[in-house]
Amino acid sequence: MENEIKQFTVSIYTENNIGLLNRISAIFQRRHINIESLNTSPSEIEGVSRFTIVVNITESQMKKIQGQIEKQVEVIKAYYHTEEEIIYQQSCIFKMKSNLLFDERQIQNIIKESNARIVTVNRNFFVIEKSGRKEEIDLLHRELSVFGIMQFTRSGRIAVTKDEMKISTMLLALEH
Amino acid sequence: MKETQTVQNNTKNTEATERISGSEAIIKCLLAEGVDILYGYPGGAIMPVYDELYKYQDKIHHVLTRHEQGATHAAQGYARISGKVGVCMATSGPGATNLITGIADAQIDSTPMVCITGQVGSHLLGSDAFQETDIVGISTPVTKWNCQVTKASQIPEAIAKAFYIARSGRPGPVLIDITKDAQFEEFDFKYEKCKGVRSYKPVPDTDKNTLKAAAELINNAKKPLIVWGQGVILGKAEQEFKAVIEKAGIPSAWTILGASAIPTSHPLNVGMVGMHGNYAPNVLTNECDLLIAIGMRFDDRVTGNIETYAKQAKIIHFDIDPAEIDKNVKTDVAVLGDAKASLEALLPLLNANSHIEWHQKFKDLYNIEFEKVIKNDLHPTKEGLTMGEVLKEINIQTKGDAAIVSDVGQHQMIACRYAEFNKSKSNITSGGLGTMGFALPAAIGAKMAAPDREVIMIAGDGGYQMTIQELGTIFQQKVPVKIVVLNNEFLGMVRQWQQLFFDKRYASTEMTNPDFIAIAKGYSIEAKKVTERKDLKAAVKEMIDCEGPYFLEVRVEKEGNVFPMIPTGASVSDIRLD
Repeated sequence: MENEIKQFTVSIYTENNIGLLNRISAIFQRRHINIESLNTSPSEIEGVSRFTIVVNITESQMKKIQGQIEKQVEVIKAYYHTEEEIIYQQSCIFKMKSNLLFDERQIQNIIKESNARIVTVNRNFFVIEKSGRKEEIDLLHRELSVFGIMQFTRSGRIAVTKDEMKISTMLLALEH
Repeated sequence: MKETQTVQNNTKNTEATERISGSEAIIKCLLAEGVDILYGYPGGAIMPVYDELYKYQDKIHHVLTRHEQGATHAAQGYARISGKVGVCMATSGPGATNLITGIADAQIDSTPMVCITGQVGSHLLGSDAFQETDIVGISTPVTKWNCQVTKASQIPEAIAKAFYIARSGRPGPVLIDITKDAQFEEFDFKYEKCKGVRSYKPVPDTDKNTLKAAAELINNAKKPLIVWGQGVILGKAEQEFKAVIEKAGIPSAWTILGASAIPTSHPLNVGMVGMHGNYAPNVLTNECDLLIAIGMRFDDRVTGNIETYAKQAKIIHFDIDPAEIDKNVKTDVAVLGDAKASLEALLPLLNANSHIEWHQKFKDLYNIEFEKVIKNDLHPTKEGLTMGEVLKEINIQTKGDAAIVSDVGQHQMIACRYAEFNKSKSNITSGGLGTMGFALPAAIGAKMAAPDREVIMIAGDGGYQMTIQELGTIFQQKVPVKIVVLNNEFLGMVRQWQQLFFDKRYASTEMTNPDFIAIAKGYSIEAKKVTERKDLKAAVKEMIDCEGPYFLEVRVEKEGNVFPMIPTGASVSDIRLD
């Protein structure tokens, strides 16, 4: 089981520092592991950042990398989770020509059925936003690409765990 | 992406402060951390700090090396023999990049070191200014921690943190890059030592249950083997380690960096493991029923083929670094924590034992190794001096009290195999990185840190010439190191591999060497060359008796090989004796 390649979502709680992204990404780069997705943001704790990284590796590699990440001085804690253990989302934005909205009636159905949202419309273009799993976003991309997409971008995965994350209590203990 | 500074302003100064420049603050911080010697090389972006060093030269001794790489290795030698933090300094750009080899060496060998680099003014960052290089980016993968300082007020906290991180937990190198404007800027200085970093736990808690489990395995083992590494030395756990092995009667072998933690002559010391280690501990690694690893990291040069490494044995791993557990070898019991505390707590849980029959196996295999290898190395009968007999002569004449600083290659393996040590921290060598050119500058640092000790550098003709310019440092600083070059006119270890695995195609391994004696004499270093066995003893004596630095070149056999040897990819138990 440990040697089967799986998708892992790594959540890393860190101090908010210049250079830490470089230090963390180097851990993957050095082992020739591609980062599928990366997101940095504030976390539930004030002043603590959270990295969310998605990689496809074996669990035994994952454990070692978790150790290497936690070894970094400014990393507070690193966790990794399988797909089943988390609730996750990505979001994406499509920019398309405005005339499509009127000429291709199907587009409105696609937007509606995919639970996407029109963010803005002007004379020249309109912008669709969609949050969801990667497969849902891929599907929407396929459906819209028939009509011609002016611009497309997708964010990194963000995720929360189903189980409680004990980071907050651990941090409180550290501070007192 | 991120906006806050690496080091937050220390604005809570309520106590008395003094208004000084950033560069003077750097010196005051170093003094507060107990730094008495630092190694470095000046240049444009670090000049304000050198100007302060000039003013403080009665308090802090700056050693001008001949290359920044030499400064790092000197700082490493200083750290390795003393257990203190080595400090080096360089300017921006090429000065900073020249530190990288030494930093990488210190990182892989867990050597505490603080490197301070000057950087172009903060308004020039990112502009490809003269001698600007992204040294924080470049050094990130090879430092334990690094940061850039752009304001004078950040200096005290950055340096305090640097020393704390370098020396605590599993030690390592840190780098602080300080822009030139921060060096000039005046601010209200106050220094406080760092007592902790929120996100950093230097020593993991030891779980008492793991200690109990370890003790139970040890008490029930019939054929236990200990392999210890530098963790015993870095953790200052030599006495506790000795007490544990003596009580439990366990044969104990060392990794290259673990050497000298207990005396070579200790009856439970069964020699070195690994590629050119001793026969018995390598072979019996695959026969023991319990392998107890203490402060070592199962390097591939130690384990040989990992798939066939100690598969029959249960494995206990003591380490301070949780990332080492199960990294290379899956353990049955992992005891996290500081070696000294862990071994002290383990001792009362152990039953006294002697394992007499098991010990006999080590003796039997030693006798085989003696007949096939050691006898020829140390007591050669054929013509041509061996590296081993030089080591033997040094052992005899220093009575095992010298610190041996070796370079990288055949002579290093011979030095580690045959040097006799009475004291800990006596084997100073580049283990993990295998940095040729390490020895000469490292010996300078070691001798300056321990002036009362005999420090003998041993290098090959290849590695010696990689940092030979440091003879200039020895000359200027009058550092009485003893320099031994075992000259076989080859890059010997590579040549040995070419002989064994590349059908003797000696591609670029033969060296046409200069007159080493003339070079040494050019630096006013007393020098002698030995080409015959009969002259060796007197030459070594002359070297030891010499009060100043001394250079001894020994012409050794050209195509000598180091055995035993575990060929790459082979199992430890398939170690070759010839």
